Amino acid sequence: MKFSVSDVAIDPVAARKSVADNSCGALVVFEGWIRDHNEGQAVERLEYEVYRPLAEKEGLVIINEAVEKYGISNAMCIHREGLLELSDIAVIVCVSSAHRGEAFSACRYIIDEVKSRLPIWKKEHYVSGISEWVNCEHCAAAGHSHEH
Amino acid sequence: MNVKVKYFALFREQAGVESELIDWSGGTAAELFQQMAREHAALMPQAAALVAVNDEMTGWETPLSEGDEILFFPPVAGG
Repeated sequence: MKFSVSDVAIDPVAARKSVADNSCGALVVFEGWIRDHNEGQAVERLEYEVYRPLAEKEGLVIINEAVEKYGISNAMCIHREGLLELSDIAVIVCVSSAHRGEAFSACRYIIDEVKSRLPIWKKEHYVSGISEWVNCEHCAAAGHSHEH
Repeated sequence: MNVKVKYFALFREQAGVESELIDWSGGTAAELFQQMAREHAALMPQAAALVAVNDEMTGWETPLSEGDEILFFPPVAGG
């Protein structure tokens, strides 16, 4: 699957191999990790909720858009769901292409679109014991106020 | 008409339910959201939220039909 949602740990080596191609001279990988802080709060763990039927369908559309737009050879993305601990991989994007320029651009395009278009939500569990749903950048851009 | 509404993430917590069947006079997805916001006072504003009907992303001005399943998505935050 070029785009998938996983409820188990992502294997980055297997992900890289899935885009291996003798015609390619470049591989660009983006890994999104669970970090220990956000907006001044100490984060203990993080929870992803995914509406799979639409996320998987729209995720594949994004991959195909990247192939069409940048002319890359191969691309894939896996996004986690469920409860994740610090340093876990939340999302991985692998792009291979003949040259590095289009691979960097396509990788950036895929992760940006995945973050803003797919029905995926994350709830941060803070060291303080409080939990909050995190709103996306588009929400902030729209001027919507929230608690962060 | 009868439609099914499903809430996700923050919306589910604010509405206090995962889904509900609504007997409704009809209209657009935006109008249905406004009605739901009147029934669930905690629901955040529609701004920056997304809507899907029968597992297809759509616009808020989409007219709804009998039996539709409407998905209300709060602002997404993948990655």
